[in-house]
Amino acid sequence: MSIEFKLNGSRTELEQPPQTALLWVLRGHLELTGTKFGCGSGLCGACTVHLDGQPMRACITPISAVAGKSVTTIEGLSKDQSHPLQKAWIETQVPQCGYCQSGQIMQAAALLESNKNPSREEIVAYMNGNICRCGTYLRIIRAIKIAATELNEG
Amino acid sequence: MISIGGFLSDNRASATETPASNKSRGANITVWVKINSEGMITILNPSAEMGQGSMTALAVLIAEEMDADWSKVRVEQSPIDPKIYGRPGWGGRGYHMITVGSMTVRGYFMPLRQAGAKARYVLLKNAAMNWKVPLTELKTEPGMVIHRPTNRRMSYGEIASFAKTVKDIPEIPEMSLKRPGEFRLIGKFVPRIDIPEKVDGSALYSMDVIVPNMLYATILRTPVNGNRPMSFNEKEIRSMSGIQKIVPLEHGVGILGKRYEDLLLAKRSLKVNWSQGASAEIFDSEKILEGYAKVASSRKKRGHVLAQKGDADSALQKAHRTYSADYLSDHVYHAQMEPLNAIVAVNPAGDGAEIWAGTQSPTGAIKEVAQLLGTSPRKIKLHPCFLGGGFGRRSMSDYIVEAAELSKAVRKPVKLIWSREDDLQYGAFRPMCLQRLDAGVDADGNLIAWKHSIIGDGRRLLSSGAKTPYYDIPNQHIEIIGLNHGVRLKHWRAVGHGFTKFAIESFIDEIAVSEGVDPYQFHRQVMRNSPRALKVLETAADLAGWGRTPSDGHAFGISFAERSGSMAACVAEVSLEKSSGKIRVHRIWSSLDAGIVVQPDNAVAQMESAIIYGLSSVLSERVTFKDGKVQQSNFHNYRVMRMADAPEEIHVKIIDSNESPTGIGETGLPITGGAVANAVAALSGIRLRHLPFTPERVKKALES
Repeated sequence: MSIEFKLNGSRTELEQPPQTALLWVLRGHLELTGTKFGCGSGLCGACTVHLDGQPMRACITPISAVAGKSVTTIEGLSKDQSHPLQKAWIETQVPQCGYCQSGQIMQAAALLESNKNPSREEIVAYMNGNICRCGTYLRIIRAIKIAATELNEG
Repeated sequence: MISIGGFLSDNRASATETPASNKSRGANITVWVKINSEGMITILNPSAEMGQGSMTALAVLIAEEMDADWSKVRVEQSPIDPKIYGRPGWGGRGYHMITVGSMTVRGYFMPLRQAGAKARYVLLKNAAMNWKVPLTELKTEPGMVIHRPTNRRMSYGEIASFAKTVKDIPEIPEMSLKRPGEFRLIGKFVPRIDIPEKVDGSALYSMDVIVPNMLYATILRTPVNGNRPMSFNEKEIRSMSGIQKIVPLEHGVGILGKRYEDLLLAKRSLKVNWSQGASAEIFDSEKILEGYAKVASSRKKRGHVLAQKGDADSALQKAHRTYSADYLSDHVYHAQMEPLNAIVAVNPAGDGAEIWAGTQSPTGAIKEVAQLLGTSPRKIKLHPCFLGGGFGRRSMSDYIVEAAELSKAVRKPVKLIWSREDDLQYGAFRPMCLQRLDAGVDADGNLIAWKHSIIGDGRRLLSSGAKTPYYDIPNQHIEIIGLNHGVRLKHWRAVGHGFTKFAIESFIDEIAVSEGVDPYQFHRQVMRNSPRALKVLETAADLAGWGRTPSDGHAFGISFAERSGSMAACVAEVSLEKSSGKIRVHRIWSSLDAGIVVQPDNAVAQMESAIIYGLSSVLSERVTFKDGKVQQSNFHNYRVMRMADAPEEIHVKIIDSNESPTGIGETGLPITGGAVANAVAALSGIRLRHLPFTPERVKKALES
């Protein structure tokens, strides 16, 4: 079927079977590979994108579900690593292998959209679906706090 | 019409061109260093970057000794050529480009400082010839050569614009290298080079590489290691949408097509009749563990002795008091976040190939693919990519060889992607084992006898960490009794140290408590003749404030371990939910002696990482086999640590040292098991002796 949606601000139209997971469309057909494949079952969060501003696991989201909606991927978060979370991620030296970090940052960005000043407990509860096998969790918490401070002061 | 928001995708690689190299023009100063006329310095990185940060640490070593301006340094992957870019191997044998065992920074520490000093020599020599002055009148500042008598200055970029190759660069004597007090980069905070591209999705893993005309591939592999596909519903699969080719393999069936999602559907419909009779078929975790215990008791099978000192048996007989305990540990899985994958393009003649892969062992991968094609390794070109985690799993080349077999069959580039289920169920695990420990103390409470038998599958994977040279025990016997049932096993972060140190540190703690001695003081007594180890232990204890009363319902446990030449200790603060049996680790205070630490902030990050990886394995990770088949399939039933279960605080104190560097990436892991078990014992009196300490197991222990 023909599906039309907004991707990182631009109108996108493509032909895909309706059940195809958004993840394979993004990675395989649109060549936006910042969104990662980690588990294929919505269990690890590596494929997190925003669907109309809400965090969504692209690996279990059929392409038909995004018709007429707006999808933001890590490539659309900023053009130049200037999002407060990206700056805080660099300052805190969060990533190690880095593979889960697109998903972590997209999940954290959705958190800060809905909660400008999250407590530690709120951060942990919101981020708990995103696995980081390198164990960067404590730095992620620190970086989210730093980004929240910048957003609130700026 | 497809529009993709104006983003360029630079993940397209072609089979004839290298994606990363040759971007920078300029003079080749040495085999390691290029400088262009604007002064941009390109340093080559010979190691795999899997999050441990060595691509930055190694560049720092070269930049330090060549007196480079770090802001002008770029890093590119080196060619795969161990003769030029390898590090000395174990025991000084040969040169290797394998990124394992926390060997990288320690192995390259002197060679790359030497390489940096040689690059500086070439720059000085060229400046001296240009100015027609003696080389001895020159000095350097970051990025600049200075003629001391006249104070004339020339930048490295200017020199590079006319630099001539210097043949026969002399070895720079060690005394001419910088002394630790002169370091500007080593031991300072230098941000990791790979981090910016890891916050915007642009870092390239092999999972992201797209080669023109490539086919995707998936493989359905035998659920029992060693069995083969006998027949399958080929006709039905061939008729499914998007299926271009089906390739039977020794251990499974490969399906190829243009769209990966089509392959996933086809794989679900694929029905294979597997051969029977593989030795692994009888592997049932519980029964095999019982078998290990029988082996330990029967003493019929002779072990392979790892360490022998005095006479442990007669010392045990003469001992005032003796102790004995069995420690068990289950299989664990690497669970690196990027599932295994590789792209291989076998050429039309079938006698050469290009590989795009994240691998810890590029030379191993090249050799194995060359063997498969019956060709020379020189005809195999490997493009290294970032690794979305390695932890030992990517030192095995099975996933690359599979992609090569499929590409050989179709003579097209093939991108093979393992699903998470494939990655887990055809994993190569840290082995399960049983450890029997016996010890004796004399009338004064001194530890005088120590016997440690490790029984399991996995040979050398089991022996890692069994020896304890830092403990002064006069009579020792340490052995492994190896069995082989044919399940897939492999190095896993810190190899056997995860379970051997858990057993050793738990047993020491248990003896101390039974003898009525504070476990920390007992440790100090046993390690009194190892000042370096003692300092590491004391540092962690001081950091934690050992001896203070923990808050209500909490307790402390202490543990020490060596790994890859480094030493670490920690104190864990835990609590226990009695109703569910769930252990919570609140805080970790740790210490690390790793000699000179090149990248201190990254060393702290690696300790945090190894501690969380370790705690994850201690609290919840468990692979079980039934009839030779792995019972877990994805993250819902193979539970790795998530943020909510991570400690609230991890403190790391790095001990100042001018000794040569030792390994860091694994050293935080072996201390976790003992510290948690000992804290739980202090809290509840229960000795947990079976990894992992799942809530069910803890609850059962509390009830019995």
